[in-house]
Amino acid sequence: MGPLIPNGVIPYEWSNIIAIIIGIAFGFVLEASGFSSSRKLAGVFYGYDFAVLKVFFTAALVALIGILYMDYLGYLDMGALYVHPTYLWGAIIGGAIMGVGFVAGGFCPGTSLCAVAIGKVDAIIYVIGIMMGVFIFSELYFLFQPIYEGSFEGNITLMDTFGVNRYWFVFVFTIAAIIIFALSDQIRKRVKKIFY
Amino acid sequence: MKKLKIDTNKNSHIYWNPYFGGFLLGILILFTFYMTGRGLGASGAMKSSVVTIVNTVTHSHAEQNEYYSKFIKGNESPMNNWLVFETLGVLIGAFISGGLSGRIGWRVQHSPKITRKRRLIFALGGGVLFGLGAQIARGCTSGAALSGMAVLSTGGFITMLAIFGTAFLVAYFFRKNWI
Repeated sequence: MGPLIPNGVIPYEWSNIIAIIIGIAFGFVLEASGFSSSRKLAGVFYGYDFAVLKVFFTAALVALIGILYMDYLGYLDMGALYVHPTYLWGAIIGGAIMGVGFVAGGFCPGTSLCAVAIGKVDAIIYVIGIMMGVFIFSELYFLFQPIYEGSFEGNITLMDTFGVNRYWFVFVFTIAAIIIFALSDQIRKRVKKIFY
Repeated sequence: MKKLKIDTNKNSHIYWNPYFGGFLLGILILFTFYMTGRGLGASGAMKSSVVTIVNTVTHSHAEQNEYYSKFIKGNESPMNNWLVFETLGVLIGAFISGGLSGRIGWRVQHSPKITRKRRLIFALGGGVLFGLGAQIARGCTSGAALSGMAVLSTGGFITMLAIFGTAFLVAYFFRKNWI
């Protein structure tokens, strides 16, 4: 019954080894999908390449449906999974700042690591930038503390916030994603082609 | 003797179908949750690196600082955590994929319409902003948004919408760098 390591099915010592293996797979899939290219990543914001949209939502939905299915079959205890905590203003403001950083640099941390691995100097500079950003945050922590620690709602899920039925939400989300994918192909046809 | 012609650039820009890549990524995230009870992430390793560097250079300052001290426990190195190992794996995995496809090489990727220097400046600025935002939001697109969405975390969805929503809004001002 999953999750395996917290339930002791797999000894704790394996945790970091599994981390490396998962990381290798993560890096491989990201790079093979082209996410080591900042110009490909930025394409979603200008309409010339929607790979980010497709990979992101497909991955989220496959994982979501997979978790629900494994819970249904009794292989995985969904309630034992870590839910990312909700700090309302932290999520909004942090997300907004990240959004600007994403368009400016054309990377996010995971994809920048993939690009570093294949030798892109702009990705290396980006990673240095991230570390500088962490440093600035830590040194000026007193400024950010209210946003960082405030408006804590708990480790809530969408079911707690909106009272929607989990399964209906996933169904509607899937349909919405399929429609968005179809629309994105239509947009791509009408946008000027960029070679990168 | 005739020289063997090997086309080393054949696979340079052929990437996987995004739905296929997304499917595999979804299975991977599912596997990660199944194994560890948590999703994966990326920005955490960079945070650990900064904490470790500051802690090594000035231990007292790190201890007194409210943020660094959250991640320093006794004598154990802040680098001894799951995300750091996963990040090492990401570097290896991307290297393997890039190597097999002929994409390894030192270069600065930029639009032909801007200079190398401009690209590097924006990369640095973008990184600083992203690092800052990732601390405030307690995660990045992989950890908060992607893994958060997989368990229907409200915070994860809000972060995802904030990142992409803001990016779309400000994309116009950065257009010269990309198109």
